[in-house]
Amino acid sequence: MDFGRISRRHLLQGGAALTLGTALGGRSAFAADTTIGFIYVGSRDDYGYNQAHAAGAAVLKKMPGLKVVEEEKVPETDAVEKTMESMINLDGASLLFPTSFGYYNPHMIKMANKFPKLRFEHCGGLWTDKDPKNAGSYFGYIDEAQFISGIVAGHTSKTSKLGFVAAKPIPQVLRNINAFTLGAKLANPKATTQVIFTGDWSMPVKEAEATNSLIDQGVDVLTCHVDGPKTMVENAARRGAMVCGYHVNQSALAPKAYLTGAEWNWEALYPKFIKMIAAGEAIPNFYRGGFKEEIVKQSPYGEAVSAEARKHADEMKAKLIAGTYTIFKGPIMDNKGKTVITAGTDRGQKDPELEKMDYLVEGVIGATS
Amino acid sequence: MADGTIGLWTVPLAVLGGAIRVSTPFLFVSLGECITERSGRINLGLEGTLVMGAMSAYGISYLTGSPWLGVLAAGVTGALLGALHAGICSLPRVNDIAVGIALMLFGTGLAFYLGKPLIEPTAARLPAIDFGWWSDIAQVRAALRINVLFLIGIALAPILYWAFKTTRWGLLIRTAGESADAARAMGYSVLSIRLRATMVGGFLAGIGGSFLSLFYPGSWNEGLSSGQGITAVALVIFARWDPLLCMWASLAFGGAAALGPALQSVGVTSGYHLFNAAPYILTLAIMIITCSPKRTLTGAPAELSITK
Amino acid sequence: MTSEVADPAEAVAISPAADPGFLQRHGGTIEYILIPGAALVGALGVFGVFVALFGKNPLDLYFYMYQGAFGTWFSWQNTLTRAAPLILTALCTALPAQLGMVIIGGEGALLIGALASTSIALTMQWAPPLAVQLAMAAAGMVAGGLWIMLSGGLRQYRGVNETISSLLLVYIALAILNHLVEGLMRDPTSLNKPSTREIGAANMLGSIPGTDVHWGLVFGIIAAVASYILIYHTVFGFAARVAGGNIRAAKIVGLGVGKLIMTVCFLAGASAGLAGMVEVAAVQGRTNANLAAGYGFTGILVAFLARQNPLAVIPVAILLGGISASGGLLQRRLGLPDASVQVLQGIIFVFVLASDALYGRIGFLKGKS
Repeated sequence: MDFGRISRRHLLQGGAALTLGTALGGRSAFAADTTIGFIYVGSRDDYGYNQAHAAGAAVLKKMPGLKVVEEEKVPETDAVEKTMESMINLDGASLLFPTSFGYYNPHMIKMANKFPKLRFEHCGGLWTDKDPKNAGSYFGYIDEAQFISGIVAGHTSKTSKLGFVAAKPIPQVLRNINAFTLGAKLANPKATTQVIFTGDWSMPVKEAEATNSLIDQGVDVLTCHVDGPKTMVENAARRGAMVCGYHVNQSALAPKAYLTGAEWNWEALYPKFIKMIAAGEAIPNFYRGGFKEEIVKQSPYGEAVSAEARKHADEMKAKLIAGTYTIFKGPIMDNKGKTVITAGTDRGQKDPELEKMDYLVEGVIGATS
Repeated sequence: MADGTIGLWTVPLAVLGGAIRVSTPFLFVSLGECITERSGRINLGLEGTLVMGAMSAYGISYLTGSPWLGVLAAGVTGALLGALHAGICSLPRVNDIAVGIALMLFGTGLAFYLGKPLIEPTAARLPAIDFGWWSDIAQVRAALRINVLFLIGIALAPILYWAFKTTRWGLLIRTAGESADAARAMGYSVLSIRLRATMVGGFLAGIGGSFLSLFYPGSWNEGLSSGQGITAVALVIFARWDPLLCMWASLAFGGAAALGPALQSVGVTSGYHLFNAAPYILTLAIMIITCSPKRTLTGAPAELSITK
Repeated sequence: MTSEVADPAEAVAISPAADPGFLQRHGGTIEYILIPGAALVGALGVFGVFVALFGKNPLDLYFYMYQGAFGTWFSWQNTLTRAAPLILTALCTALPAQLGMVIIGGEGALLIGALASTSIALTMQWAPPLAVQLAMAAAGMVAGGLWIMLSGGLRQYRGVNETISSLLLVYIALAILNHLVEGLMRDPTSLNKPSTREIGAANMLGSIPGTDVHWGLVFGIIAAVASYILIYHTVFGFAARVAGGNIRAAKIVGLGVGKLIMTVCFLAGASAGLAGMVEVAAVQGRTNANLAAGYGFTGILVAFLARQNPLAVIPVAILLGGISASGGLLQRRLGLPDASVQVLQGIIFVFVLASDALYGRIGFLKGKS
């Protein structure tokens, strides 16, 4: 039964590291190695979602006084609870980053209640007042980057037909599809986006088939929201279509076809969190942002992007950063002809209504069910 | 059509294209399994072989720059796994179905283990031959960009059919599958015949895997095979151990896999999960229709554990 | 008697006693412990060599495996939590094996059982928790039982191979689950993880007092012991084993083989369905795609390693639970990829199967005659 002692000791240590940070401030707080645990749902080098997080973790590894432990392919079951507990008990982790949506409720919440002195930061969840105070959720408004990708795609497409290979019709995905389409329509009012749902986050053969079907329908610029965009990017490029990437920069896979892409910027955010803790500030429980907060970024434009498209995209990006432009600004109709955002209503990025998105805007060909 | 779109024609075209693009792994695995099962043994481990083949082909193609060396490596890896299967099965009292399940796990695990550093890099890919030059419709041309492996697979089916019927080797394999005692009486080692049949089966399944990673979808990752290997083994049973029927069944499967995305692209959006399950539902339905409890399946090797 | 199997070192350490009579009397039992134990040690040895090829120290490997699986009280709880569903899903393969059938579709029965138990819980929100839990268990078991009975029936009445049909039914079950969870049964507030509504906190099964291992472990042990009694100490079990040994002989002595097959398949599916119910009522609290975590597939492995003996399923499930519990530590401390667990499982499986050839051939256990 020496577990009791071990866990208490680690708990104290973990708590101490955080309080020490409060007391001393600055980097020295981390001299007594603070251990941070990262948990990924898929393979850490998937050229996509998980790799983006691993890139953020890699930055923390280089910071003095920090020790990073990582576990990949942890399923969204009680296995993730045990992984968190194991990181706490056996590695002495005091700050945990479970990075997949399905980890949040009930798994991470349960652990946050069990270890009230440790800090849990979840990517993608929606923290509310009812959740434990030592838990937090962060996410990026990556639809801003998809909006810019849409502008570039709209300018580049010759057929005015864009394609979107998506995993599941969930709010985060629908929001990306809609933002991409709204961007494209800004560049070319005739543009449409055709969407195909593959049904799951990693289905390479389905993704390749969806890519081919879209191109058969006349689509000449594609983007996607699946865990690993590599299949879509390579297969689209092979058929001579242009692509916008997602999650991380995939330009190396198809240098000529790669227009731009919506990328996460966890490399910038994670060190910020560490600095907040070191400075004794509390990380806000609900932490979100877009370009301005440097949580998302845009891949550098590819050679196929025209000067006009670059100018338009840069201009809109500047407006988004300055906060003078709203992507979801009424009136917006869905693709069944129903008004979903009334005229005069501005749904700014932080509007909780957008987190519940269940429609596809006018100009999207496809359905949510 | 003036604007380059082909509307509803997408669906039959995608099914045709899918039959060509997606069917090749099914084709190779089922033909390989056909040889193995005809010799009186079942190798359920070909799912693992397929994934191992995909990984090793990608790795070798990446390291050497030659995709064809990759295909060869996939075949050799598959043959080695086949030899492992046959070796364990030749021990007394060992169940071949169980060994297959074990190798399915081992093969996939090993491929994931060794394949970690291969997810990111881009390896040289197998070339395609343009059979659609006669058409000026881009979609038709795309659907008819065919890889040589597909053609080899298609050619292999009648060759195997002929070989089973007329060659000495074909007869030996069938004898081992129909009656081990008869083969022994003729002075042949049943174990050695089955070892070779399983190795050839593994070789072909490995090549099927190389098609996945080197041609379509054309890169290595851990979700590459969504059960194609095991489906292909099932396919052999309802194709009744006939290489020609294996070929037709593989083509039908490839087409079925393309159906879901193609229907969505023309606006049939509901129930895509069910459409995605179409190949599995189709297999089960065909098995229910073609099997019968009253008689042994026509063409079933009598020594096969699953039909005993 | 079977608990020794959990610890390979101990199993091997049982030295052939000096008294030769002892060996003759207990040779069979010793064989059943010695041979799988030796196979396990052999497999661990080969895996050690395998990781050594990648520059890792095999001794570290064994140490971390022990520490992660059984080294602390926390590790034990981690192991037992992971073992719980495996006992139930292993029975789904082990029971039909008595009749000579190879069923590998436990995952499908688990998913269908989870769906059914969730459905019933959602319609019984007015009832007291105990009633809800009993109804959930019943619904899960009946649905899972019918699902595997389908494979049994197809085998008996249509001659369809049960191994392949049960596997195909896994994919079909998953498609049905996804279809319902994202459509008809979707809780509109389950935003980015399409799920059914929650069964309610009051209806959740808690943990076994003094641990954080859920009650699924107890259910599993009860089911395994009951199966053992059924197979080895009842007329029904005797009939099943006769039929498994030789279907023709069974028909000659007038056993209703069809009825046997249907009953055994129902019981097999019922235990996997119960595993699904436990995952809902003790872990997830609702049904979503997370339930397809592969417990059904690992269960196949457990059943074969236990040589299809329902009682031996318990220690083997704990052993495999331990391996998967230690997987995280192998990733974090040794930098091994997540797939190492799978590779090790595969090697163990191969060794145990190959060791089947050794029974009755070990010289000193056969006596001098």
